[in-house]
Amino acid sequence: MLVIENLVAGFEGMEILKGISLKVKKGEIHSIMGPNGAGKSTFSKTLVGHPEYPASSGSVTLDGKNLLEMEPDQRAREGLFMAYQNPVEIPGVNNVEFLRMAYNAKMAHLGQEEADPMDFQDIVREKMGLLNMSGVFMERDVNEGYSGGEKKKNEILQMAVLEPKVAILDEIDSGLDIDALKVVAENVMKLKNENTALIVITHYQRLLDYIKPDYIHILSHGRIVKSGGPELALELEATGYNGFKTEAA
Amino acid sequence: MSEVTQLQPEVQQLLGDREYKFGFKTEIDSDTLPKGLNERVIREISHRKEEPESVLDFRMEAYRRWLEMKEPTWAHVDYPPIDFQDISYYSAPKNKKKYKSLEDIPEEILETFNKLGIPLEEQKRISNVAVDAVFDSVSVATTHRKKLAEVGVIFCPISEAMVEYPELIEKYLGSVVPAGDNFYSALNSAVFTDGSFVYIPPNTKCPMELSTYFRMNQKETGQFERTLIVAAENSYVSYIEGCTAPQFDSRQLHAAVVELVALDNAEIKYSTVQNWYPGDKETGVGGIYNFVTKRGLCKGKNSKISWTQIETGSAITWKYPSCILRGDNSVGEFYSVALTTGHQQADTGTKMLHLGKNTRSVIIAKGIAADTSSNAYRGRVLMSPVAAGSRNFTQCDSLLVGSNSSAHTFPYIEGGNSTSRVEHEASTSKISEEQLMYFMQRGISKEAAVSTIVNGFCKDIFDRLPMEFTVEAEKLLSLKLEGVVG
Repeated sequence: MLVIENLVAGFEGMEILKGISLKVKKGEIHSIMGPNGAGKSTFSKTLVGHPEYPASSGSVTLDGKNLLEMEPDQRAREGLFMAYQNPVEIPGVNNVEFLRMAYNAKMAHLGQEEADPMDFQDIVREKMGLLNMSGVFMERDVNEGYSGGEKKKNEILQMAVLEPKVAILDEIDSGLDIDALKVVAENVMKLKNENTALIVITHYQRLLDYIKPDYIHILSHGRIVKSGGPELALELEATGYNGFKTEAA
Repeated sequence: MSEVTQLQPEVQQLLGDREYKFGFKTEIDSDTLPKGLNERVIREISHRKEEPESVLDFRMEAYRRWLEMKEPTWAHVDYPPIDFQDISYYSAPKNKKKYKSLEDIPEEILETFNKLGIPLEEQKRISNVAVDAVFDSVSVATTHRKKLAEVGVIFCPISEAMVEYPELIEKYLGSVVPAGDNFYSALNSAVFTDGSFVYIPPNTKCPMELSTYFRMNQKETGQFERTLIVAAENSYVSYIEGCTAPQFDSRQLHAAVVELVALDNAEIKYSTVQNWYPGDKETGVGGIYNFVTKRGLCKGKNSKISWTQIETGSAITWKYPSCILRGDNSVGEFYSVALTTGHQQADTGTKMLHLGKNTRSVIIAKGIAADTSSNAYRGRVLMSPVAAGSRNFTQCDSLLVGSNSSAHTFPYIEGGNSTSRVEHEASTSKISEEQLMYFMQRGISKEAAVSTIVNGFCKDIFDRLPMEFTVEAEKLLSLKLEGVVG
């Protein structure tokens, strides 16, 4: 279980998150919704330990372990994953080799056997089959020259291979047309199981047509101003974010 | 694969510790000439090597030229003036003058090369690589000589070649790098001690990789290696050199000259993995001054010379392996990875001089600068008026790690005719915080991320190395990069 208590965090000295509390249990899907500037990106970056988005107070634990004391790579090995809004390109580094490094880092952390290149090919192929992905992803370098849709698919492939405890999907719908959005979202749902919790960060309701959350939290000015069930998304559809801002004030 | 791990097993063992691994000194009585440089010293070196008179004349002429020359200052490096009288120009392990067989080699030296991963004993030798092992000023052993002799390949210490093959030496020594070419080549020509000589006879593909391993051991001694490789008509050879030195607080001078000659349809592939002691990481104290002149002459038509270098060591590197493309349709290649960390300074690159018709050259240089180091590429491409239809392609990429390092590019292009083409591409990039963060978000440590990105950046060059050395080069780079960021 991921437990966030009174998390305060910022960027370049500005306080952006002003006390966020949230509990995410195994297998649950939570959606964080909010307008631009609400603090959605800060929230995800602080959780994964981006050095420019430090937490100044509060606590974040995953299955009882204090994530805020850990380096970003340790947090990841504990089972925290983030699918990036804008995945970064890494020229010269083969996609599968990158995935294998990540996979083996996790295996080493768990004290399990690391995969050699041959075995790993099988692991990746199986996941790619599940996600209906083409073999070209295996030959290319990490995200280099990919289209927006391909980058997002590649993020989900990484999630499939790493099988995280908690996956944050950081605006994975941004920049995707409706067909690509559908494919990516369906792939996420294929990976959904009772061991993986999802935190779906989005501006728009449309992603939630495919990834149906158990809980929705409205983020505004660095605070969660309202939490509720899936019906909250429909309410939001009708009133827009403005209705919630006043509520907070 | 077993050959790979045999080659430098300690590289593997010691992964995880970023100290210079080869910094040990072998305790052995040595016969070292007193410091200082004058005609008497040169005569003494020549005498000890029992050289023919013609070689002594060559040395003396070079020395006189050197006296009139000035140290070059145009390189983008900074160091205090060198006192050339404060260096000893000859040092050899005390024992016999010549090692006729392995039994003659002092145990300490065999052990040194074992530690370096270059076993010389028959039963332990690397099976597909012939090695000439040079310790300070002398070659101590050359492996696989019999097998090479069967096909007529000569691979021996150059000091031995002076005596055994005077006609080849007379013909080719100094033919590519004349003694007066530059300050350091003149110095080398005056005081050179040992190095390798290779001759590949016509219509012969050398049956194995040839390799020379240079080890500097004695403090305050310079090493002045001299290597000459001649590939006769329709022949092929692949040669690799490796080098390390003990860790001393004082700077040591290494001024080498390497000459390659390729006749009609011959090909020489020359690879270097340079890992001289770079000086202290934090303070910059000590380290090797690596001032080297390397040049290949594509003398014959359709000949090819290819330089591949992995430069990771030395406090200061001043080195431009070049090709003179004299034969029509000849090809010159230069593939380089230069990594500087700590306080290292490198000014390295190449010259491609197109003299023949339809000659082609390719330059791919990758410079990586980390910590507070400085890394410069310097290259010259000359198309002579008669080099009709010639082409050059140059690509220079720099990668900065951290924000205190610097990278520079100094390309010089001279086009002398209307039918030749010169292309130059350059890029500078930096390992971004976002890239490192992406690796880390996937559970990969920052150090592994840096080394993976740098190795990816160098992939094209590593692929050019003889297979046995590719893995070694990757590991060496990873080793050098440990602890660089953070």
